[in-house]
Formats: sequence, C-alpha cells, structure tokens
Amino acid sequence: MNNTATASKSAAAIDRALAEGRTALVGYLPAGYPDVQTTIDAAVALAENGTDVIEIGIPYSDPVMDGSVIQAATVQALKDGFRVSQVFDIVAGITARCDAAVLVMTYWNPVMRMGVDEFSRRLAEAGGAGLITPDLIPDEAAEWFEASDKYGLDRVFLVAPSSSPARMAMTVKASRGFVYAVSIMGVTGARENVSSAAERVVQAAHEAGAERVCVGLGVSNAEHVREIGAYAEGAIVGTALVAELGHSGVEALGKLAARLSEGTARA
Amino acid sequence: MTQSPDTPAESGKPQEAADAFLAGSSLRHAPGPYFGAFGGRWMPESLIAALDELEDTFEKAKADPEFIAQVAELNKNYSGRPSLLTEAKRFSQHAGGARIFLKREDLNHTGSHKINNVLGQALLAQRMGKTRIIAETGAGQHGVASATAAALLGMECVVYMGAEDTRRQALNVARMELLGATVVPVTAGSQTLKDAINEALRDWVANVHNTHYLLGTAAGAHPFPALVRYFHEVIGEEARAQILDQTGRLPDAVCACIGGGSNAIGIFHGFLDDRNVALYGFEAGGDGVDTGRHAATITLGRPGVLHGARSYLMQDEDGQTIESHSISAGLDYPGVGPEHSYLADIGRATYEPVTDTEAMDAFRLLCRTEGIIPAIESSHALAGALRVGKRLTEGKDNPQDVIIVVNLSGRGDKDVATAAEWFGLLPQESPEAGIGSEGEQL
Ligand SMILES: Cc1ncc(COP(=O)(O)O)c(C=O)c1O
Repeated sequence: MNNTATASKSAAAIDRALAEGRTALVGYLPAGYPDVQTTIDAAVALAENGTDVIEIGIPYSDPVMDGSVIQAATVQALKDGFRVSQVFDIVAGITARCDAAVLVMTYWNPVMRMGVDEFSRRLAEAGGAGLITPDLIPDEAAEWFEASDKYGLDRVFLVAPSSSPARMAMTVKASRGFVYAVSIMGVTGARENVSSAAERVVQAAHEAGAERVCVGLGVSNAEHVREIGAYAEGAIVGTALVAELGHSGVEALGKLAARLSEGTARA
Repeated sequence: MTQSPDTPAESGKPQEAADAFLAGSSLRHAPGPYFGAFGGRWMPESLIAALDELEDTFEKAKADPEFIAQVAELNKNYSGRPSLLTEAKRFSQHAGGARIFLKREDLNHTGSHKINNVLGQALLAQRMGKTRIIAETGAGQHGVASATAAALLGMECVVYMGAEDTRRQALNVARMELLGATVVPVTAGSQTLKDAINEALRDWVANVHNTHYLLGTAAGAHPFPALVRYFHEVIGEEARAQILDQTGRLPDAVCACIGGGSNAIGIFHGFLDDRNVALYGFEAGGDGVDTGRHAATITLGRPGVLHGARSYLMQDEDGQTIESHSISAGLDYPGVGPEHSYLADIGRATYEPVTDTEAMDAFRLLCRTEGIIPAIESSHALAGALRVGKRLTEGKDNPQDVIIVVNLSGRGDKDVATAAEWFGLLPQESPEAGIGSEGEQL
C-alpha cells in the first residue's frame, strides 16, 4: 500500500490502536439519521467509547450493497430532506470534538454529480480522512486517484471472497489507509456468525501486501470483534450500531460501542 | 489514421471515439466496456468475478459454432423467427405518405423482442453451470420471458418486481407463476423497476455461485450492454435484409422506443454503418418533458452512474436518482443503456420524447388502420415514426419515396386494460375499470 508518501489519517488511527494492543474498531453511521446533529453526537459517542475510525454513510437512492436495516435508515434520512453537502458539516462537527479518523462511505454517483475534485476538496477541508467506495473499483477510479492524491485523502477500496489474486493485488496496491475486506458474499446486515471466508480474504490481502485490513459485513458483537482481531487489524460494525441508534438513541449507542470495544484486546 | 471499416470505435476517450466515427470507422460490434465516455463497471468488487466469468463465457460462446447453432435453432423453432416485416399501408397515410414498415417482434413467442435476449442468456447460464436465474421486471414482459426460458431449460427462476408493479399487473404475476417462477414483490425505495434491479443485484451478490442475473435490457455493467445487444442484433439483420428484399433499398429512417434500449440497439445495429439511414430513439415523455413526470433520460438527463454503467441518468442536484413516469411500464426507467448515450453524443442517433398522449393516439391508430394492437412501449416508436414521416416528406412531390422501418417491439395484449381505461371504454364500476387506472396493465 502506497501510504508512505501521504500521511493517512485512518492508518494512523489504526496504528494507534494496534500500538495500544487493541484491534481497531470501525463504526458506521448513516448521515442525517435521524438528523444531522444526532449523527455528530452519535459519532462522538462512538469515539468516546473506543471506536477508532468512524464511517459516515451518505444516504443514496439506490444502495445495492445495503441490507434492510441500513436501507430503512437512509431512506428515512432522504425523506427528511438530507442533502449531500451536509455530510461535510457532519464530518467537521465530529472532527472538531474527537480525534477518531472520519471516513465517508458513499456510492459513487453523488460524488460524480458534485465533481470528484470539489467533493474531495470539501471533504479534506472538513477534516475528513478519505472515502470508502462500495461501488467504485480501482479500474474506474482515475479521477479519484488524482483527487485523493491532491487532497491527501485515503482510498479505501473493497476486496471480497470472490476477488481473484490479480484483482486482490491490484486493489491492495490502489488502496490507502486500509483495505476493506468484505467477510461474505452478500450485503450489509447483522449476522449470527462471521463467515469463515473472512479470514481467507484477509490473508490474501496481507499476502498481496496490505498492512492494514479491516473486516466488515455481519460484525455485530464483541465476540465477532475478538475473532476478527486474531487475523485482521480492524473490525467494522454497521447494522448493529444503526439498529441501536434507531431503537434506543445516542446514550445506548455509546454503551454498545463500549461493549464492542471489549472485544478489541489483542492476545 | 487508417482503420479497417470493421474496427469498432472502442476508445474510452470520447473525443477519440467521436473522431473515429467521423473518420468512418465501423460502429458495429462495439465490444465495450466503454462506448466513448459511457459504459464501464461501476459495481461492487464482490460481483466483478461473476462479470468476468460471464464475459469470458460469452466471448467463447460467440466463437463456438455449436452455441450459434443452438441460438439459431431456438430462435427459429421456439420463438418463431424470422419475425415478419409488414408494410403498414393505411397507417402510412398518417405519416405524410411515407411508407412505413413494421418489424414484427410482437409475433415472437411471449409477445415481444425480450425473448431473444432471454434465450441467449439462459443458454450462457447453463454453460456456466448455473442452475438458477434471477431477473427484474417492470411491465412483466421480461419476467414472463425469463420464466419461459427457465421452464424450457429446466432452471429455477426468481423474478423481482416492484410491489407497486405486482399490484398493477396481477395477471402478469400469475403468468410467471404459471410458468413455475417465483415472483418477489420489492417494497424498498420507489417499489418500481429500478428498485427491482437493486434487489436482484442484492440477491446476485449473495447467490452468485449458482445464480445468473438475467438482465433484461442493454444497460448495466460490462459485459451486459454488449451481450444483450448481441442477442438482439438479429432484429436489425433480418430487418435490413427484408427491407432490401421488399423495396430494393435501405430505409431513410429506423425508429424504436427506448426503455433501457435493448430493442432499439438491436434494430439500430443492422444499420449503424449505413450512414444515410437516420436512427431515431423515442423516449417516454410521460405527461410532457416540462412537467417533471417523464422518462426522457437522454433528452433531459445528465451523465451519471446507475446499476453499473456510466450513462445519461435522471438525477437531482445531489446525484440521487429521480423516479421516472410513463404510461408504459416498460419505458418507466430513469436510466438508459450506455451505447445509446454514446450514439447520442456522436450524433449517430437522435433521441426525442413522445408523450403518453401521442403514444396512445398512435396505439389506437395502428389498431384501427392495420388490425394490430401494439404494446404501449412500441406505440412510442409508432408516434415517433408519424412525426419523422411528416418531417421527411414535407414539400416532397413523391412522399412514398420515403421509407421508414419501425421496430414493433411487442404486442398490446398486456395493455388492453390500460388502453380501455385511457379511451374510456370500460363501463363504470366494472372490475377492469379498477385494474385499468393509469399505468396498469393486464
Ligand atoms: C414491448 C416492449 N418494448 C420495449 C420495451 C423497453 O425495453 P428496451 O428499451 O430494453 O427495449 C419493453 C420493456 O419491458 C417492452 O416490453
């Protein structure tokens, strides 16, 4: 991973956790759910309870990688009038109050619509660490390479159990900050068990040269986090947090993060 | 630059592609992934391996005489190809006197062009060892065709359909179920075609080991646009030979309706390198393009990515997809296949909107003048042909020298309730009156 030239905020956050003997905890929240201020408060609550990297998802009309819980939250945010540019207010609001690395997770069309350069500039100005791009593969990312280099942003691409060795190598090389290992063939959603495919994907990413690999999809409790910590640098939790925030609010969310972080101690 | 006429303009750079076109290189058989600045693969990494496998299988199949023979055999003895080319003499009188010929895809088994693509893809799925096919459907035509192919080839079939559409089209749901398919109503998002595609993609990610996603139009991620076109190219090849046979020359214009663009690209392909043949695609203008309620993607959209391809797209300032509207469920899609965006940009094809009202007028006119009930989708092409015919014959002493071929992509049996409602043919309180309110189809 070519993260030597540019200081990567998410790599730094993960390294900090590892240096403290912890697996990095990465938490996802949809922007504007239930509203902009609550998203900021919720993210800060995550950071104060052991979350190292925050992902803020931009609600999008056609979220093909998301399961029903995250879909319901983002549909609600859009119904309530969420606008894409508010994501920069959210990122700025979070980075002003804590030092977790804040990435934006987004389907690509909203970025293209704003202009890749403009979007990147505003994200960098807001203190954002970079982008996670579920439907952008490196093959199509020429503009994003240019803008992310220009503004010093992390490029977090996804690798999957189906990735061929050649694609794994190419994607690891294209990534900066960390590589997002999709644990199963499927969409977001809490699951009983973390798939055994996850370990193989992480191993392949490491062999391709990835220094930091975080595992997402289906991760929902401290036991999952502990399991993942045995072979990966970070664990990504999404649906479980979104459901908790929706049902029980910010305080309960903080408590869930604290419980999840109990799984981060590395053997 | 010297290029053989068979070298497609496949450059990823729009200017280079447009220059190559102007320099006279062939537009036929464009292989993708890019059509000028359009196309590509804007897809989750999880699905890339499946797209690669499909591309590989497709490339090998195209070069395999056995596969080609298999497709030809099914086209002939199952679908009923070649479809006829029928001169519409009485209808033509309303087009300034231009001679209009109808490419009769309505006569295919299952009633539309959709069967061409479905049979081809189902055979590819078998070659990949996949036992389950999934499909999206709006009007129900592609779902019915997919269920048909699955029954024929002994495969499992699941069709995703917006919940809104399953209610509007209860009879097409029944049709698919009769054919042994499972229909899954999609309650996410706007509950229409684009959400059915989203849900099919979610299924595909989770079940790609045994499942082929049988996409119903020439859109989506590479290789779908080039692959779906390939199976529909037969429309244009037949039409070109038939018009030469019947009139001794090439037409002045070819007209087709545009949903995702599969029937149009299929007939256009035969004429792409005949530079004197004007190509017209007619998009759904709904209530009118200035009302916001339409599906005129190329006319009013701007480039973006949806369902795997960069193409013109109906989107708001934030890049959120805007819901489309059309009386015709098969054209009610806010995106369009990337090759059409390219043909529009380089000026090879012209895209114009046709309103619900214009389409329904043409629908009735064809019924009354030719004894053919067209699909409402195809009626958009008919209305466009009337417009083009008047334009091309204006001031001409011999209007009958103008020849227009229209792709009659499907028959209107499924649309009888909608049409009856539109024209006020149903007695009040009849059960059909309930089914037939706007956009609903039998
Ligand atoms: C009869 C008919 N024509 C046209 C279409 C539009 O699709 P496409 O643009 O892919 O040909 C449909 C779609 O359902 C259809 O049923």
